[in-house]
Amino acid sequence: MSEVKFNDETLAVVHNLMRRYPEGRHKSALLPILHLAQAEFGGWLSPATMDYVASILNIKPVEVYEVASFYSMYNLNPVGKCMLEVCRTSSCWLRGADDVIRHIEKRLEIKVGETTADGMFSLKAVECLGSCGTAPMMQVGKDYHENLTLEKVDELLTQFTNEDKHSRYCDANTYRKN
Amino acid sequence: MGKKLLLQNDNVPGIDTYEVYRQHGGYTSVEKAFKMTSDEVVEEVKKSGLRGRGGAGFPTGMKWSFLAKPEGVPRYLVCNADESEPGTFKDRYLMQRHPHLLIEGMIAASYALGANTAYIYIRGEYFYIVNILEKAIEEAYTAGWLGDNIQGSGYSLNMYVHPGAGAYICGEETALLESLEGKRGNPRIKPPFPAVKGLYACPTVVNNVETIAAVVPILNMGGDEYAKIGIGKSTGTKLISASGHIKKPGVYEIELGLPVEEFIYSEEYCGGILNDKKLKAVVPGGSSVPILPAELSLKTPTGEPRLMSYESLSEGGFVSGSMLGSGGFIVMDETTSIVRNLHTFNRFYHHESCGQCSPCREGTGWMEKITHKILDGHGTLADIDLLWDIQRKIEGNTICPLGDAAAWPVAAAIRHFREEFEEYVSNPSSIVDVKHYYNIHNLVEA
Repeated sequence: MSEVKFNDETLAVVHNLMRRYPEGRHKSALLPILHLAQAEFGGWLSPATMDYVASILNIKPVEVYEVASFYSMYNLNPVGKCMLEVCRTSSCWLRGADDVIRHIEKRLEIKVGETTADGMFSLKAVECLGSCGTAPMMQVGKDYHENLTLEKVDELLTQFTNEDKHSRYCDANTYRKN
Repeated sequence: MGKKLLLQNDNVPGIDTYEVYRQHGGYTSVEKAFKMTSDEVVEEVKKSGLRGRGGAGFPTGMKWSFLAKPEGVPRYLVCNADESEPGTFKDRYLMQRHPHLLIEGMIAASYALGANTAYIYIRGEYFYIVNILEKAIEEAYTAGWLGDNIQGSGYSLNMYVHPGAGAYICGEETALLESLEGKRGNPRIKPPFPAVKGLYACPTVVNNVETIAAVVPILNMGGDEYAKIGIGKSTGTKLISASGHIKKPGVYEIELGLPVEEFIYSEEYCGGILNDKKLKAVVPGGSSVPILPAELSLKTPTGEPRLMSYESLSEGGFVSGSMLGSGGFIVMDETTSIVRNLHTFNRFYHHESCGQCSPCREGTGWMEKITHKILDGHGTLADIDLLWDIQRKIEGNTICPLGDAAAWPVAAAIRHFREEFEEYVSNPSSIVDVKHYYNIHNLVEA
């Protein structure tokens, strides 16, 4: 992997984010900066990436590790380019989430928590994403794909494969330039 | 048609943009607030009877009046947009379609509290809404509703969006503040309450998205007028997230006091049960509140029609009632396995427990394991009693309410559907979804 360093544009965004919090409280920007780091540096938070974020915020690396390991959206291991996050809590289960998961497992020949051999897809079963009225659903990057049917899942998987899709929650354009 | 206060412009094209929002009366509540003292604004909210819409139902005006005001110490308003309670998606709907309503409410509320900085803490999974809010905030700055000396009032406010990163616990207000400070979302021991020591140890009010949005109609119509809507101490309107086995899932704004039966069966709301099956059970206020069997969801224990209000839904206590909670209304038809539904809840709470308190950290894990075992066909009658025993030992024994929230669904499922658990353990071959379960996990069939 290339060097872990934000480009100038992203670094400007990072510094803007740090200014959103009072003097001496810039550690508050840790969560949004980790999201940017994950998006820019291969979809997961390697120790090198976390150390880099610690150096930007001038905090101890352990302060980053303990946070990164607490929140479920941070990946502490490499994942596929395109991560399929299928919700499986109550309302989604009532409307067929298990069928969606089983279908993806069969089609991609992986199980929940695994990545395809070509590194294209990872499958994750997640807890309630607030899409209960449009269940079943899956999140891919920041996009919500709702009212899923097995046909719709097939179409999406084909589309993602053709686009060689990278899933990302955010990028440098997510935030306004304050 | 019931009264609409938050979603009255829901069908107006472009209402998410500043121009259209302003044309439809947007930001008038802020103009009104600036003509009042901050204490007068708090007084209006008190008179309205507004109660926290995130789930706890605590009177908002009272919460505001608890805010400490030491000289020279900044105060903060933090909007809780960490909506994560299973079955709840109304804040998402509101922010996605009406971002300026939230921003307007936050300006009025910040003015009332004397806060010059306000944060919107939004769950990380809603990143696409971060874009929407950032754009709307930019518009509000450009139009002079945020920044220094807003509209010449002498009042200044900066507003920022802060994404979380996937943790249900951050909906608990002190965990949210920890997270906003860049730490793990471990709830704090209270007291001190956030009103005294909140964000950066400064006085802070944390309010739910819908609560803050409701400040707008309250100021526009006056607290007394708002209090006339609804029923008794359940004043105003409430957004209900309807999901599960119904014909028309979605977000509905109801006047509090609407009969549950009307909500489920009328064309205006849920439109009845999917495929015209029979109603089996309802979780009326998000996964944490007790499940109610059909008869108790439609009627109170005394035989009165059950209403969508704080009081009516809790009538009968936990023996035969539930709670309005967040308004996450999950409907289950006659084919639903209550045990399997409970298992999804148990798995959820186990996953989301922060791990600070042993009863919750260990108890949620055991409850998930036991429902898993029962669904696997290996359960015993003693396991049902064990489940009951574990939930009883979690409730009330943790720093934050996640422990209670994990315990209540278990207690209610056993209380109302014990025969179903017994059927599962005494006659495993009757478990309709065992085969399905084995398929899902690619396990060898027993």
